[in-house]
Amino acid sequence: MNSEILGVVITFLITVLLAYPLGKYISKVFKGERTLTDFMNPVEKFFFRVCGINPTESMNWKQFLKAMLTINMLWLVYAFFLLIFQHKLPLNPDGNPGQTPDLAFNTAISFLVNCNLQHYSGESGLTYFTQLFVITFLQFVSAATGIAALVAVFNGLKEKTTENLGNFWSIFTKSITRVLLPLCIIAAIFLAFNGSPTSYDGKDSIVTLQGDSVQVSRGPAAGMIAIKHLGTNGGGWFGVNSAHPLENPNYFTNMLEMVIQVLIPVAMIFALGFYINRRKLSKVIFGVMTIGLLCLLIPTIITEINGNPAIEKLGVAQPTGAMEGKEVRFGPAASGYWSIVTTIISTGSVNSMHDSSMPMSGMMQLLGMMINAFYGGCGVGILNYLIYLIIAVFISGLMVGRTPEFMGHKVEAREVKIASLVMLLSAFLVKAFTALAAYMVAHHPEIAWQVKPGAWLNNPSYHGFSEMLYEFTSANANNGSGFEGLGDNNIFWNVTTGIVLILARFLPIIGPVAIIGLLAKKKFVPESPGTLRTDSWTFGMMTFAVIIVFNALSFFPALALGPIAEYFSMH
Amino acid sequence: MKKDLLISLKLTLLMIILCAVLYPLLIAGIGKATPGGGKGETVSVNGKVVGYEKIGQKFTDDKYFWGRPSAVDYNAAGSAGSNKGPSNPDYLQIVKDRIDSFLVHNPGVKKEEIPAEMVTASGSGLDPDISPAGAYIQVKRIASIRNLPEEKVKALVEEHIQKPLAGMLGPSKVNVLKLNVALDNLK
Repeated sequence: MNSEILGVVITFLITVLLAYPLGKYISKVFKGERTLTDFMNPVEKFFFRVCGINPTESMNWKQFLKAMLTINMLWLVYAFFLLIFQHKLPLNPDGNPGQTPDLAFNTAISFLVNCNLQHYSGESGLTYFTQLFVITFLQFVSAATGIAALVAVFNGLKEKTTENLGNFWSIFTKSITRVLLPLCIIAAIFLAFNGSPTSYDGKDSIVTLQGDSVQVSRGPAAGMIAIKHLGTNGGGWFGVNSAHPLENPNYFTNMLEMVIQVLIPVAMIFALGFYINRRKLSKVIFGVMTIGLLCLLIPTIITEINGNPAIEKLGVAQPTGAMEGKEVRFGPAASGYWSIVTTIISTGSVNSMHDSSMPMSGMMQLLGMMINAFYGGCGVGILNYLIYLIIAVFISGLMVGRTPEFMGHKVEAREVKIASLVMLLSAFLVKAFTALAAYMVAHHPEIAWQVKPGAWLNNPSYHGFSEMLYEFTSANANNGSGFEGLGDNNIFWNVTTGIVLILARFLPIIGPVAIIGLLAKKKFVPESPGTLRTDSWTFGMMTFAVIIVFNALSFFPALALGPIAEYFSMH
Repeated sequence: MKKDLLISLKLTLLMIILCAVLYPLLIAGIGKATPGGGKGETVSVNGKVVGYEKIGQKFTDDKYFWGRPSAVDYNAAGSAGSNKGPSNPDYLQIVKDRIDSFLVHNPGVKKEEIPAEMVTASGSGLDPDISPAGAYIQVKRIASIRNLPEEKVKALVEEHIQKPLAGMLGPSKVNVLKLNVALDNLK
């Protein structure tokens, strides 16, 4: 058991040790300084020339967002039609059918918004063509969209007064050519040499040692597994994601996948400090986020190692903890660690089935997604944190009786309104839609739908409620993990989560970029002894308190009906 | 707007070529140099493929070591966990039945000796491994059915324990398929 604890400690340390230099590198890339990857220069120049992009053309926040949203909408249409007609396209060795329109709607949005909620199983719901041309493609570009939005914010914070947030096309392209692609190639090679398949061959048929005939699904998965983690996307090649032995073959690949999914989010925090030359600010942000991680992580690992009390009552031994839904090669500690990093970061890949986690762990996973700003997804994590930070600035300003300021700019009503709306949006979406689903299950279980609400849930009582709450929380956080017992491939879930997904992706990107765009335009106010310093530990704790208070007020009642009630029913 | 759309179209096309064509082809090319040639490593007996090393398979016969319960019955065309919640009464009944059945097939084993992973379904439904305790507890049954000395079967299990990564990270485990292939060769 000690080797399992040591495994997660070492994993975390490796992550931070790699993220620091990577943050420095990312800052250099976007400042346009010389880096190791300058050999990509000709590729980028070619891209810019063909597309007619002037990479030095400045964009204000509206132009930046317009460019971003235009290309995103194009991808949505592209993905939707490819998924519907995938059975007519090449690279379909297993003869899988096209997706239904409602499923394609959900899948296209889900991958566009970096969420990767999957209402299908990869083995039968996609073809190799759509795995690569829709899924893998969107995993790259959606991560690059998040990074680009954050770099726009960096640009706004860097200058005293500016309208220029950088050129979207250039930042977006470089996010792929300089950050995501090189890292993916390295990670995919490690995965391939540890047993993840890379060839385009279809299913294999074998006769087992005992004499059963079975088929084995395969496919060029290694490259996709790399980007699904580096881009904090999370959608699996196979149905069970990284619990699948070909998607995550051994303890080494498990450590690798846990490191690379946290890598860029943490590196972006350090990149912030290097880019705007305020390293103390990024240290404080990193510190607050890490404390948040530990608050969720430690109870989870302890709970999972202790095992399921209901199984204990049946009289068997639980030397390796709670094992339902877990793989022997990972054990409860690494599974617990994964379940927390994948929910605080918006990855959403899983190496164990969260539906079978203990109630306490399930609550921690839910909280990770509700807060959604401890490290957070590629780029968007810090944007979410920024919203909490603006609210903290506002509240502190009220407390000391001064006009609130952030980085030398006055924070006024307009910015605070935007921040409040973005913050309240998540609580509204999660609770309103969960309530709607729960209403259908409770009052119309037999309504004549293709899948009756009475058949949605895989577990009764409190845990069944948690399944619905988890699904909408995951959609709202653009996370993508699920309590997968939920019968979610039907019109109700495909459409409702699709709506939540797209609102919860783009409004929390537009909000912070707009706030920074508005702030950066304002006159610069030099710091004075009376200025509230946002890079102090005191202010860090203030932000932490805002995060806790806001989420407790928003979500405690819902959590009480689900995991908390289940916990007390078992103890 | 028109300018943004035109750039979007062209840039999308180029990114598709880079991320969805060139990148997977590069990895597939490199994959050819890996032990399984990028198709997954197989296990053979007398030149005949009997399975994939990393994909668990069904063993229900008493003369073989069993793997873990599977929600997809080890059909690797798909994959799934049970997704049963920890307090679900139906689920707890299933576990209870599995315990009873395990005790029937393994006379002389006490309930409190059964490690939980032998009566709970894995995450993937294709877990290729069990813990060393899960293997040791089946030694008695295997030895008596195959008329082998218990020490010999026990030694075979010991041989097949895969230690933690670098000797210190993660759990120990036993690959059930490889253990059973070796068991068939044991005289």
